Amino acid sequence: MQTSKTIKFSRRSFLQTSSLASGGMLIGFNLFTACKADIKPPEDLSLLNYNDFNAFIKISNEGKVTIFSPNPEIGQGVKTSMPMLIAEELDVAWKDVHVVQGALDAKNYTRQVAGGSQSLRHGWLPLRQTGATARQMLINAAAAQWGILPSECSTKEGIISNANGDTLGYGDVVIAAAALPVPEDAKLKDPKTFSIIGKDISNVDIDEIVTGKSLFGLDYKQEGMQYVSVLRPPAFGQVLVSYDDTATKAIAGVNDVIKFGNKIAVLANNTWTAMKGKKALIAEWNQETKAESTVFHDETLLGLLDSKSFETLRKDGDVKKAFADADQVLERTYETPFLPHNCMEPMNFFANVTTNKIELVGPIQTPAWTSSRVAELLGRPESEITLQMTRMGGGFGRRLYGDFALEAAEVSHLAKSPVKVVFSREDDMTDGIYRPAIKYRIAASIKDGKLTGYHLKEAAINGNMYGLIPNFFPAGAIENYQVDVANYKSNITTGAWRAPYTNVLASAEQSFFDELSELMGVDRIQLHLDLLQKVKGTTDDRIQYSPERLEGVIKMAVDKSGWGKSAEGVYQGFAVYYCHNTHVAEVADIVMDNGIPVVKKVTCVVDCGVVVNPLGAKNQVVGGVIDGIGHSMYGELTFKDGKPESNNYNTYQLIRMGQTPQVDVHFVESDLAPTGLGEPTLPPVGGAVANAIYAATGKRLTKQPYMKNLNIEALKG
Amino acid sequence: MPTFQLKINGESHTIEAEGDTPLLWVLRDQIDLVGTKYGCGIGQCGACTVHVDGEATRSCLQPVSQLAGKAITTIEGLSEYGTHPVQEAWKDVDVPQCGYCQSGQIMTASAFLNENANPSKSEIRDAMHGNICRCASYNSIEKAVEVAASKLS
Repeated sequence: MQTSKTIKFSRRSFLQTSSLASGGMLIGFNLFTACKADIKPPEDLSLLNYNDFNAFIKISNEGKVTIFSPNPEIGQGVKTSMPMLIAEELDVAWKDVHVVQGALDAKNYTRQVAGGSQSLRHGWLPLRQTGATARQMLINAAAAQWGILPSECSTKEGIISNANGDTLGYGDVVIAAAALPVPEDAKLKDPKTFSIIGKDISNVDIDEIVTGKSLFGLDYKQEGMQYVSVLRPPAFGQVLVSYDDTATKAIAGVNDVIKFGNKIAVLANNTWTAMKGKKALIAEWNQETKAESTVFHDETLLGLLDSKSFETLRKDGDVKKAFADADQVLERTYETPFLPHNCMEPMNFFANVTTNKIELVGPIQTPAWTSSRVAELLGRPESEITLQMTRMGGGFGRRLYGDFALEAAEVSHLAKSPVKVVFSREDDMTDGIYRPAIKYRIAASIKDGKLTGYHLKEAAINGNMYGLIPNFFPAGAIENYQVDVANYKSNITTGAWRAPYTNVLASAEQSFFDELSELMGVDRIQLHLDLLQKVKGTTDDRIQYSPERLEGVIKMAVDKSGWGKSAEGVYQGFAVYYCHNTHVAEVADIVMDNGIPVVKKVTCVVDCGVVVNPLGAKNQVVGGVIDGIGHSMYGELTFKDGKPESNNYNTYQLIRMGQTPQVDVHFVESDLAPTGLGEPTLPPVGGAVANAIYAATGKRLTKQPYMKNLNIEALKG
Repeated sequence: MPTFQLKINGESHTIEAEGDTPLLWVLRDQIDLVGTKYGCGIGQCGACTVHVDGEATRSCLQPVSQLAGKAITTIEGLSEYGTHPVQEAWKDVDVPQCGYCQSGQIMTASAFLNENANPSKSEIRDAMHGNICRCASYNSIEKAVEVAASKLS
């Protein structure tokens, strides 16, 4: 990274200012686009419009800074880390910064998806540029007042000073600054001088969270709002034939029962009554499309792996010839089940559809897409819709899909009433948009002790892998390399689940490499290092990962974990992976406790570029690792006759504290732009755990969840 | 509809509800105390934990009809200004990610530390095992309970 650089903007700047009627200066800015011509931020804070600007910064007459952003918080910490970037370059003390999540009334809002661990990566330069430009405006105003050049001024924590020893607070010059032209060259700080970036900063909502303030969608309420519980088809592929709501309507507090599409809504005075009313409905359903079961999925996916119906996503050399010429071939099949997201806050949404406006409030990762779908569903112009995002009780991909918001809008429209649709836990788990069941078949050819070919086949329900993934490691490292995909179109809804596409692939491949190195008689770590050597200096610009950065995390993980030097009775497993632009290596330490493998510690080394907020970053890393262990060891949603066989936490196991290892986190020191952290530590850990269990038991685990597929009885001494 | 007298966070409330209504929904929908969270409705996740006469209790399984004369404390009433040692420890360690389960975690931890002010690591892990954190902030929760214990002793 350049230590300091001057940014030049086009005349149509990304930033505009105004003076607030109530005092202070308001800056509106756009992250990735120029502002629309001649649009100024409002002079009244109640009129903030995120169609005009992505976000706003208010600097008060007292020099206090408030950042208004509609960017949603799902637990990744971006509501804290993104304002940190602005505050750093604006050069204010973090204690003087307040962050407010704004309501979104936007179809033009640019970064509208909290997912893919990309928020910080995309915001890194634009947010710093915004802060730097605002700082320069304040300096220019102070310099004019002093009659000196801006270059003769400096700033520190909200105070501008000059060589004569004069000082002005930011608040003293906001009115003058707001009237000045937006400077087109503002210097970014030298990262060595950062005073906020790289420091541990607590979650900005921490006080509200620990005192139980209303923050989440489920907490939101409005006068006259009715609570809605929805009966949906109990099995995938079913449609509603008829229903009897007599018993429901007899319950005190139930106000209405409304059929909409293939569902029935029960409207009541409170959540409990709505849920009770739903349970009292008697409905008849008809199975219109196939009632699928896990047995069927397993047979179908294995059948696909044996078939020739693949699409090839990447092909280097000739794997067929490599396998024909091989001395040895290793082929393994890895299997993983459907997974529900299980956000702790069940899906919910508020809607108030009236004759001239549609108000939507709730936890959603895709506000713009959801608004346009609601407009289409109700045949209304998008200009009538406002959508306010609340804090989200977890997302993991589930809140990308606005199905719950569409339900709320439709029910509100039909009932002519403000409503809040609330999923019960059972609804949430059985009406999911699941991580699909996936099976991989991986084969490698060995000739003269060398790895000559690698062939990966994926069979997934409704498809999984997309175009970039075949360019992840080991692409580029093996001469003959091919990635093929096939899918079965199911009526079970599937979608993105934390670290989509790679959460299964990484553990499969990293288990495979463990077995491969054993077969080849080479060291597990050395096999990777040798392969990475071949990728260095590659001219293949499709390759997504950096061999140097993967090598860096591997070496650091070996060092920090005491790899190969574990204590008696401690068994280690290794995995390394690149995804979501981040490079990660992990070592799992397990012990056997009466036949049961217990993960005691995971060493996790991460190269994510600059670590903006180490405290928040560590939370993400640890969470991803433990989440990955939990789901690979325990997570499974099976189906029978089209119905999910688990619907709550008595029959579905999420990892709990007693099963949780200590996670030892290390970041590679870097001055490269930050990359994602919400996802990339999850995918490899399943591989690290499987490899450690192999080291302890001699049993190769190829099917998740591991604890179900490990014969514990046989392992008991 | 029947009425019930509840003592919540030191205040008396007259509640009109069906007797089988769980305390959770009375708190959230009728008294606007939304810090107590709904997670599973069957006492498996701990998000709805409150104190009833000082004991950590799953409010989703407590019918409103069975709470006469009992002192109920929710996260909102744990301390006046969010300064209970457990809340302070949660802030010191910066525990929350999404934050949804944390009031339940804090209520479980505070009742536990009331009984056992100087717990061992394994006692902490056992005590907190019933509360699910889907973001898996378990390492931080464990550490925060230790920090809170040291503040209390």
